[in-house]
Amino acid sequence: MAMTGVLRPGHAQLRVLDMDESVKFYTEVIGLMETGRDASGRVYFKTRAESDHHSLILRQCDRAGMDFFGFKVLDRATLDELDKKLQAYGVKTERMPAGELLETGERVRFQIPTGHTIELYAEKKCVGSVIGYNDPEVDVIDGPGIRPVRMDHALIYGGDIDANLKLFTEVLGFGLVERVKLEDGKTDLATWVSCSAKAHDLAMVRHKEDAKLHHVAFLLESWEQVLRAADIMSKNRVSIDIGPTRHGVTQGLTIYFFDPSGNRLETFSGGYSWYPDMPAVTWSWDEVGRGIFYHDRKLNDAFLSVVT
Amino acid sequence: MPTHTITIDDTAESYRCADTRSVLEGMEALGKKGIPVGCRQGGCGVCKVQVLEGSYQKRVMSRAYVSAEEEAAGCVLSCRIRPASDLRIRVLGKIKKNVCRVVGPADVSNRCPT
Repeated sequence: MAMTGVLRPGHAQLRVLDMDESVKFYTEVIGLMETGRDASGRVYFKTRAESDHHSLILRQCDRAGMDFFGFKVLDRATLDELDKKLQAYGVKTERMPAGELLETGERVRFQIPTGHTIELYAEKKCVGSVIGYNDPEVDVIDGPGIRPVRMDHALIYGGDIDANLKLFTEVLGFGLVERVKLEDGKTDLATWVSCSAKAHDLAMVRHKEDAKLHHVAFLLESWEQVLRAADIMSKNRVSIDIGPTRHGVTQGLTIYFFDPSGNRLETFSGGYSWYPDMPAVTWSWDEVGRGIFYHDRKLNDAFLSVVT
Repeated sequence: MPTHTITIDDTAESYRCADTRSVLEGMEALGKKGIPVGCRQGGCGVCKVQVLEGSYQKRVMSRAYVSAEEEAAGCVLSCRIRPASDLRIRVLGKIKKNVCRVVGPADVSNRCPT
């Protein structure tokens, strides 16, 4: 098996201002499946195609934003090994007991230099995709809701993204896929990193405040599905930030929009396949507009200023 | 449906806003260039205003940007309030630079000569 270590983004826990309204939004508009509720009132969701018990957790709070972002690793031995590597690197780790998240094994939790809480875990109950694993049909996307394929990646905002990059590449085995340079041509404004063959599993932008969320992204199968998502958003009066359009970075097709608490989400399609031997793509400050929004060729004010 | 007049104290500009729409939606309709309206959902804080006069209905908004004391003093996110009377507001959030942008001589010089 070629892919070892950190496999993929596994879950994001978002804070919402009104749980009932949010559950309705994530099930009826996004088209996720509710898979459970725990004693503390958190609600769990997965997509129709995902196998594991959940990829999104909502917690009611008086402020929006992301509590933590979790990555699934290959197995328990990998989890222990990465925990040791993190500690040896000087990162303080904490073990979250199995079952603290529903149907999830022990998690290794730590804070990265931008103040975000990241988790690694090896075990989560496989509850199965909608189509199953024996002689499956195609899950025709003709029902209500956007119905994304998977929770795919997150874009986080914080101060020391240089130290983040070092941690993710040197300790956790990620590779640098793309970067945007500031006016000085040296400092990174943003970096995109991958632990897989995807164009990004995590992205980060330099920002004056730590621990901020820009967006959590859900993958769709095609541009046509992105347009369908936009229709569903307008029909439901969803607050759209920008799109449908294309990113220069990753070449993905995208809509940025907001959940009922102001957390930005993305539905996107495309993005190229990435392998660790490929050179990183670099965007200059002069072309950052085209890099972020390929058709508008300029940043919108919200890209750098609206975060939760 | 009842509509109310919202006056922006900073610019003395005013607009009509139905009581079914948020004060921010009404401001968006003013068509200010480049207004970063933010999330429109009470989470990001860019549309914060102070209501100086008038009454309004409000919904839950992020405590990261509006403390309980501020909320009680009429400092609220304009995307989360709907007018129940005419309002006089002052813009506090990041949208201020666009809402309060002065139309300068450059704009005038672009007019077709008569």
